[in-house]
Amino acid sequence: MIEESFVQTMSLTFKLAGVTTLFLLMIGIPLGYYLAATKNRLKPVLEAIVSMPLVLPPSVLGFYMLVFFSPKNAFGQWLDETLDLRLVFSFEGLVVASIIFSLPFMVHPIQSGFSALPKDLTEAAYTLGKSKINVLFRALLPNIRPSLLTGIVISFAHTVGEFGVVLMMGGNISGETRVASIAIYDEVESLNYSAANQYALTLFLISFAILLFVYAINKHFLKAELS
Amino acid sequence: MNELILSKDLRGANGVIPLEINTTFKRGELTVLFGKSGAGKSTILRMIAGLLEPTGGKIVIEDEIWYDSSKKINLPPQKRKVGFVFQEYALFPNMTVRQNLLYALDDKKKTFKVDEILKITELTKLENEKPDALSGGQKQRVALARALVREPKILLLDEPLSALDFAMRAKLQDELLKIQRHFNLTTILVSHDIGEVYKLAQFVLELADGKILRQGTPSEIFGGSKISGKFKFSGEIVDIAQSDIVFIVSILVGQDVVKVVSTKEEIRDLKIGQKVTLSSKAFNPIITPI
Repeated sequence: MIEESFVQTMSLTFKLAGVTTLFLLMIGIPLGYYLAATKNRLKPVLEAIVSMPLVLPPSVLGFYMLVFFSPKNAFGQWLDETLDLRLVFSFEGLVVASIIFSLPFMVHPIQSGFSALPKDLTEAAYTLGKSKINVLFRALLPNIRPSLLTGIVISFAHTVGEFGVVLMMGGNISGETRVASIAIYDEVESLNYSAANQYALTLFLISFAILLFVYAINKHFLKAELS
Repeated sequence: MNELILSKDLRGANGVIPLEINTTFKRGELTVLFGKSGAGKSTILRMIAGLLEPTGGKIVIEDEIWYDSSKKINLPPQKRKVGFVFQEYALFPNMTVRQNLLYALDDKKKTFKVDEILKITELTKLENEKPDALSGGQKQRVALARALVREPKILLLDEPLSALDFAMRAKLQDELLKIQRHFNLTTILVSHDIGEVYKLAQFVLELADGKILRQGTPSEIFGGSKISGKFKFSGEIVDIAQSDIVFIVSILVGQDVVKVVSTKEEIRDLKIGQKVTLSSKAFNPIITPI
């Protein structure tokens, strides 16, 4: 017997992961391309910022975002008043937090994909009269499909499994910010073990299925990221 | 007329070497840039194509100024009509042979041009293959074909055949010559292989440490002066030329070209590209007045 709240929570979880992944793809492609191509001296700074979520405790990130986006502070107040957008304890806030938190999981595979392509390809396309945008979409992106797939799947899976940032930023509002990982914590706290297990087992199986899917079709899966 | 005045600091293994080039070359001619690696050959090609900016100078191709530091003119590579053939082919792996050529086509309606070039380069049968399925020689032929589709004012070949084995190299050299003559294309080829230079070049620029060491026709540069004194050695015939009633056979031995005078009968079984042994049967008596 599947309860309505379970379905609601699971669909919210996947909606969050889907929206986050979509935004990440739009950010990750230009950012990864820039990082792979640039010779700017500030590149290590940018790379460090992108990679921060890998090492930072999620609660640290969540805490600062909570403070930063709070309507009690200038930026949060500005968002609230001019854009009518409140990012704390809302779905939109979760999306922003998840984008930041999963950024390295999208940018790293794309960046290494671009780096692995011979420089000749770009130059050859330039000598054939093609613009930078044309080269990116016609000559480069189609050749890093495995990297794109890796970025998409891992970002998605990572967002599904995120806990700390989501808890700090979103709280636990049913239908708005309660995602599966939070629900498990919530059910365990109220000693409702069978409900917790329902969530946990679902996440367990889905995560395994996603990884199996990637490994099966992409042999070069996450060489750099998991090492 | 084509004019090339370039200066640029080359960063090599032995520190910074200033590259200083000032030369002209004729329309429709195949010029070879010859020299050791690190001499600046590829750098010159990349500057002509606009992939690398010189520190100063001037690049004029078919009376069109592509670069002039004094007038602050620097056309981007997209605006320079070059056909660039890279050593490692640089074919787009996601496209078939035909798609690689179509990608190079400016006017998408003129697909007949692609068909024509596929035919000339004998690639029609391979047109639906992806580059990964091709051999090195085939890949390089596709790269050349793709460069031709753009109807370049100048064809730039960066050691295009150096990754291939001898037989394939010899075959592609012939094809390259045929195509170059067919389109009457101004061509600059980078090479460090004397045999190749001898076979292909109408004009040679020999570079060393960023400077032009010698320039002229291949026989002006390599002929005569370096006859080796060894007793017996093997080599490869790079040229057979008639001179009055005798024939001059040029043989590449190691890095030197040796010229041997032969009669018509002696050369009957010889052809360019053939491996031969060169030896001396007897010592010539030397007569000196007492």
